[in-house]
Amino acid sequence: MIQKFKDFFFSILSIFNQKKHIKLGIYGPPNGGKTTLANRICQDWLGEAMGEASSIAHETREIQQKEKVQVESNGKKLSFNLIDTPGIATKIDYEDFIKKGMKKKEAQGRAKEATKGVIEAIKWLDNMDAVLVVLDSTKNPYDQVNITIIGNLAARDIPVLILGNKTDLKRSNLKKIEAAFPQYPVLGVSAEYGDNIEDFYKEIFKLVK
Amino acid sequence: MPLIMQYVPYEELSYLDSDKRIQKLLKIVKQNKVVLMEGTLSSQEEADLIEATMEIVDSKFKGVEISAFNPMEKVTKKTPQDQLKKIFINLIWGRRRGLTVIGPANIIKDIRRDPKSIQLFLSNRRK
Repeated sequence: MIQKFKDFFFSILSIFNQKKHIKLGIYGPPNGGKTTLANRICQDWLGEAMGEASSIAHETREIQQKEKVQVESNGKKLSFNLIDTPGIATKIDYEDFIKKGMKKKEAQGRAKEATKGVIEAIKWLDNMDAVLVVLDSTKNPYDQVNITIIGNLAARDIPVLILGNKTDLKRSNLKKIEAAFPQYPVLGVSAEYGDNIEDFYKEIFKLVK
Repeated sequence: MPLIMQYVPYEELSYLDSDKRIQKLLKIVKQNKVVLMEGTLSSQEEADLIEATMEIVDSKFKGVEISAFNPMEKVTKKTPQDQLKKIFINLIWGRRRGLTVIGPANIIKDIRRDPKSIQLFLSNRRK
């Protein structure tokens, strides 16, 4: 009887303590693997993909959102809204899309949409409760876009976890990312193959605690 | 066609608000010049510069390449002592410290930087 009363009391208390769903954003430059990571999380915990990933840059040109993603790790549960954002870039050249086999008009349309996507991604920074910054670990981390994204998150006091993605590739260099951003947690993952993904889920709990 | 690098001293920008500062920098870049700016932009100004750039990207203007020296303080988590130090330094220097390079993407193909150097790679199809 006492136990039942306790359970009832705590369930009422939890209603009042319930926070709105945490918004967990995925940010980074184009082609770092943001959507591949979002798909990995959604497949693991919702059983469905979030969006289409592609080797052609700017495949994600609008904010994508999955609500109430519930992750479990070490017996604990965490629920959040996962937000996949378009890659942030300082330049968009439609001719790059033509080189990938697109027709001129299609390439120009994609470029136009991509510019809008960048603007939208930046505007959404203010809405985030925590952010995963996905960097391609085979590339130079000192890119200004990376510094701008992380600098803006730091200015807004938004917790950040940096993911060095594509650790399955030979040229992957996590140490370089760690050296570039020494005050942030950096975790190597392969979103495509799921390498280190369990550690990644544990880190999410630390990020949004 | 020669590559023109235009030096922009801190004094030229310091009296402008963020919006006008960004418009001034973009105006120079749109003239196919590379800006060498004394000092750095704030993180918010960098984001605003990207937004403003994206609004004017078209088939001729592809955007910008940007890189800054001394930007890492922006990505450093601050202790209260660090914050005090930063306020004090900003009172004396403003954002004068460091150097920012901004170039049009149709001329500057890539800017690679490490903590001690900046490499500018020029495009083959300069127009």
